Amino acid sequence: MPLNRSNLCWLALALITAGYLIFWALLLGATAAYSTTDSWLQVLRSPEIRHATFLSLVTCSVAAGFALLLAVPVGYLMSRLEFRGKSWLDAALDIPIILPPLVVGLCLLIFFQTKIGKVIEMAIPFTYQISGVVLAQFVVAAAFAIRTMRGTFQHLSARPEDVALTLGCTRFQAMWHVALPAARRGMVAAFCIAWARSLGEFGPILVFAGATRLKTEVLPTTVWLELSVGNLEAAVAVSLFMVLLAVLVLVAVRATGEKV
Amino acid sequence: MIQLEQLTWKVSGRTILENVTVAIPANTYAVLMGSTGCGKTTLLEILCGLRQPTSGRILLDGVDVTDLEPRERGIGYVPQDLAMFPGLRVCEQIGFAPKLRGMAPAELNQRVNRLAEQFGIAPLLDRLPDMLSGGEKQRVALARALAAQPKLLLLDEPLSALDESMRAEAVSLLQRVQSEHALTVLHVTHSSSEAAALGTLHLRMVAGRLEVESKG
Repeated sequence: MPLNRSNLCWLALALITAGYLIFWALLLGATAAYSTTDSWLQVLRSPEIRHATFLSLVTCSVAAGFALLLAVPVGYLMSRLEFRGKSWLDAALDIPIILPPLVVGLCLLIFFQTKIGKVIEMAIPFTYQISGVVLAQFVVAAAFAIRTMRGTFQHLSARPEDVALTLGCTRFQAMWHVALPAARRGMVAAFCIAWARSLGEFGPILVFAGATRLKTEVLPTTVWLELSVGNLEAAVAVSLFMVLLAVLVLVAVRATGEKV
Repeated sequence: MIQLEQLTWKVSGRTILENVTVAIPANTYAVLMGSTGCGKTTLLEILCGLRQPTSGRILLDGVDVTDLEPRERGIGYVPQDLAMFPGLRVCEQIGFAPKLRGMAPAELNQRVNRLAEQFGIAPLLDRLPDMLSGGEKQRVALARALAAQPKLLLLDEPLSALDESMRAEAVSLLQRVQSEHALTVLHVTHSSSEAAALGTLHLRMVAGRLEVESKG
């Protein structure tokens, strides 16, 4: 391939991309080099860490499922309906993305001290409970899932839904029979993003659900707890385990998504 | 019979359709021509209820349908891009409306097969939209609209994606469909030859106003 100006441009862009990826590879490589076989074995044997792993997998899946259930109708509304104040609502939906994570946790904690919050807690206790872990993961993950679903519906033509309306559908039926099947891949992507976001959630969980071992401890909490007692090797091993887990799940979900 | 009375549509202070008044008798093949962006597609969308007019009335066989939902109007609509339902096989596309109305499976299959035979798409019933050519998609879109047994069929440049050799075949198909199903058709086109071959009533949209050019 001759080295003309266009090729030079692509080469420069490729170098920037490669530079970023190499930086990440170096980060992970250095972290992996810090870890030892003993620390890995310690991680695998520890009942606390096994519990945290199990709890992380369950709560992330539940939170991502709820996030998707919310994101589909909200994303559809925001992509299909024009109304006054839409840009304000759009900005409001992004609030959990821009808020510092600790503030989200603090907001949850304070809300459940109000009268409404206490009434809700009489039915389902959240504060310092496993359900609180799910809620803390959900409030942030839902914002990312909504963004993904909105983008998905915006990329899909509304015309087939219009035709479905003339063929006898109500708006809900047009969404159910036409828009949702077409948005399958977007739904997989939204679930995947919400799941990954939930796995990395730490601040709101720490503030709202606490860091009680064998109760509300999830993997990011484990890293923090191990660091706080100076057990850096265990913290590194758990961190690498999280990286591995996230990559495995993302690859699996993406592979499924390709077939959907 | 379709009657449009003083139909007006404004958006952001701009008048797209202005006092459109016309009567199209039953079983007529009406063709509507006009420059790009003059409001032809908007008129079709208002007719089938996808947009609400700013003022004016739409009457189908003497019944005011202006405030009815699209599904309550009994109008078939084939848009320019044909709007295939992603992920649904041809048989599911054609059977969409009858299934929605709760038709029994045996009767549903019968209707789908009859339309597929009529449109020459019987061998394609198991295919997904991505595996169809432009001409095949056009036939499926027509069969899908007719499966709902509409009284009125609105076609928005349905032949624009076809090459010259397929267009003549499609024109004769549309003529046959209109007479066999005793339909009133409103067909939007840019092609004078298509309009001449199909239309018994020729309409032209000029600056948001509708003019009757000739009656066949």
